[in-house]
Amino acid sequence: MTQSNKDPVVVVLQMTGGNDYLNTVIPYSNPLYRDNRPVVGVPEGRVLPIDDKIAFHPEMGPIKSLYDQGNVAVIHGVGYANSPRSHFRSMDIWHTCEPDKLGTEGWLGRATREIDPNKENVLTTVSFGPSLFRALALPGVPVACVDDLDNYGLLPGITESQQRSRILDRFARLYSPVMGSSAVMDYMGQTGLDTLEGADILKEAPRKYSSTVEYPDTTIAAKLKGISQIHQAGFGTRILYCDHGSFDSHSNQTGMHDKLWKDVSEAVECFFDDLREHDMSDNVVMLLFTEFGRRTHDNGSGTDHGAGGAAFVIGDPVKGGQYSEMPSLEAKDLEQGDVVPNHDFRGIYSVLLEDWMGLDAKPLVGGSFEKLPFLG
Amino acid sequence: MSENDIALMGHLMRRAGFGATREELEARAAKGYEATVEELLNPEEASVDYLDLQRYHGWTWKPGTVQGMGAAEWMHSLINSKRPLEEKMTLFWHQVFATGVSKVDHYDELNDQIILFREKGMGNYKKLLLAMAQDPAMLYWLDNNENHKDAVNENWGRELLELFSMGVGNYTEVDVRECSRAFTGWTITPKLARFPMGRFDWFFEYRDEDHDDTEKTFLGETGNFDGEDIIDIVCRQPATAEFIARHLYNFFVADEPQVPAWAVTPPNDQDAIELLADTLLESDYDIRATLRVLFNSDFFKNARFARLKSPTEVVVGTLRLVGGAEFPAPGLGDLSRQPCYMGQDLLNPPSVEGWHTGAEWINSGSLMRRVNFTADLVGDTQRPGIQDMIRRLKERGATTPEQLVDGCLDLLGPLEVADESRKELVGFVSESGDVAWDTGENIAAATGRVGELLQLIVSLREYQYA
Repeated sequence: MTQSNKDPVVVVLQMTGGNDYLNTVIPYSNPLYRDNRPVVGVPEGRVLPIDDKIAFHPEMGPIKSLYDQGNVAVIHGVGYANSPRSHFRSMDIWHTCEPDKLGTEGWLGRATREIDPNKENVLTTVSFGPSLFRALALPGVPVACVDDLDNYGLLPGITESQQRSRILDRFARLYSPVMGSSAVMDYMGQTGLDTLEGADILKEAPRKYSSTVEYPDTTIAAKLKGISQIHQAGFGTRILYCDHGSFDSHSNQTGMHDKLWKDVSEAVECFFDDLREHDMSDNVVMLLFTEFGRRTHDNGSGTDHGAGGAAFVIGDPVKGGQYSEMPSLEAKDLEQGDVVPNHDFRGIYSVLLEDWMGLDAKPLVGGSFEKLPFLG
Repeated sequence: MSENDIALMGHLMRRAGFGATREELEARAAKGYEATVEELLNPEEASVDYLDLQRYHGWTWKPGTVQGMGAAEWMHSLINSKRPLEEKMTLFWHQVFATGVSKVDHYDELNDQIILFREKGMGNYKKLLLAMAQDPAMLYWLDNNENHKDAVNENWGRELLELFSMGVGNYTEVDVRECSRAFTGWTITPKLARFPMGRFDWFFEYRDEDHDDTEKTFLGETGNFDGEDIIDIVCRQPATAEFIARHLYNFFVADEPQVPAWAVTPPNDQDAIELLADTLLESDYDIRATLRVLFNSDFFKNARFARLKSPTEVVVGTLRLVGGAEFPAPGLGDLSRQPCYMGQDLLNPPSVEGWHTGAEWINSGSLMRRVNFTADLVGDTQRPGIQDMIRRLKERGATTPEQLVDGCLDLLGPLEVADESRKELVGFVSESGDVAWDTGENIAAATGRVGELLQLIVSLREYQYA
């Protein structure tokens, strides 16, 4: 595996809980939008138009300015057929690309294996947050899960260095594969060894980092700052993953959705400002996705689970603009009250994997899907 | 009493509680296995003295919205309760009815929910389900307070069917709608803003004028159903008994696939699930009766170390083993956050689906936290539980590396480890030779060596299993 600081990098920001498509990329001049959103509709005076039909949510100012610079692709009507409207099932489908049966392998886990088949770098893929997202999971593929870069390391409580190294040396031997043990034991063994190896490298990231960009004090900004530190440290990390939420706006949607998009937009802006300041933005693209959009008609306070949604791809290499088209809001065209997806999410993955990472997408996403030209 | 009696009792107590000291294991094994199961099911010991906790931590009485520390009272109970199964059931139901402060923003109500699990968790499931449908934290968490006669909100109605009873694939979108309509008007009061007065207690309220009393067709039955009728109908479905049985199996016996997979992936032990599901149906959903069957079954007794500990089991189990955390000392709030650092933020699950369990507890970050937390605890040889282990090792005359390793593994569980692991542990102790228990100096050195060995043992993969 060869690596340079300019290898293509993908950052994923998962918007957990089902982001409301129609209040994010708002068809503000469509009377059907007003009819369907008597309570949670965003007033025309607040929206941020990007053309005469579509506007961004009012708190998306920073993303709008990236859009105006030509660095944001908005992808309409994203999803897949027969939305189960279950958060968990839908997120599994997005993570594994298996809409018909239960998948356990994550699409980015498979991509990690392609990028680094010999597991030369335990930091090829880093998950920022306390959990290992299923999108990244694949037996035998190392993924570093980080929640606090400053305190990443094994047995820091043992301060006597000779004693610590004796114990860690034995730890490494104890975590080596054991004949005839179970898959879970093997998985834990590999995880332990990867942790041991990754810890010494990762803790360098904050020490190497300096920036004039001041991130706001929000959870998503802290995660994107950590991702920026890892990217800038030059560890050869190619896939970085984090999430934010919950976007599950069944009730009191207006204030809640405002706050979510304010936090996400500000954090995304800081992240790209930070990368640009260090001349590290030209090899990074960021995908923002959610497991489904929400019902077309509001429920008097919020919106229930729906189907078609919007995704965003952001970054200097991105060819900005709108892709696919917003599905019809006509009652006759809705399916169980939801806008019908018209662009398969696996097509977006395919563009990122093939046209950006240089991998063969078909085996990674389980087929061929329409690719939109948002990366040129 | 045979070694096997102690090992089996250790297994029962890890699963039906959070482990036990050697002294307790010996006392329980002397009483017998079935008698211990009965005692766990019908505990007679007094519960935790919460007033005593509040003497030292006044803020644990109605913590309201205090940042991140609201599980302190619960952590105190988990560590101290003399009714271990009752307390284990609070964790079980919290993992099923996963309700979180991220949205509820009201620890008082979440703590009330835990109390409800403590009081009703071994009773009748139908009654518990009805109590949950009227629980203020749950009503708010799943937006049933926004479920109106003229504006139906499907959140609670859907999750009741998907996550709390039958599981996905056993109902239609129309059933979700009809179910939700039946719960219109089930709300909370008062809904006052948190500023400037802090949080007020919430209460369940039924508003007749906001309830849709018209006809509904749900799972093939038609009538003017309300929420209670829906729960009755749901509990008549074999799918519900099977779903709860699978939850019990996954929590107490052996790791199953994740909940969303249950619609497509059959159970690892179909006979066991059928036995538990039949018991539920025959006993009209008596959880205590079902647990009795579970703990006395061969499939349970043969499932030693067949499931990974949850973060809460790691934290509480290790604290109960090493002792010294019984008194509500300063730092209780931080202690209550330890499971969070390992991926289980108590009273704040990632979503209503709860946590993914089994191997999904483990990733590089969470494994690191497990190892670091437990190694720090067992390395503190002043703790009463460690002192007791040292006393027993000394009494047994354990001086060689083999004797020390076998003795420590025995006193930590007994913990079963692979032969290769045992060899490595012996190799580690051998680096510094035998220990002696004769002079004060030698005892101090031996104590340090035991502490070091214990640190390595809790770092083992095997220690992550219960």
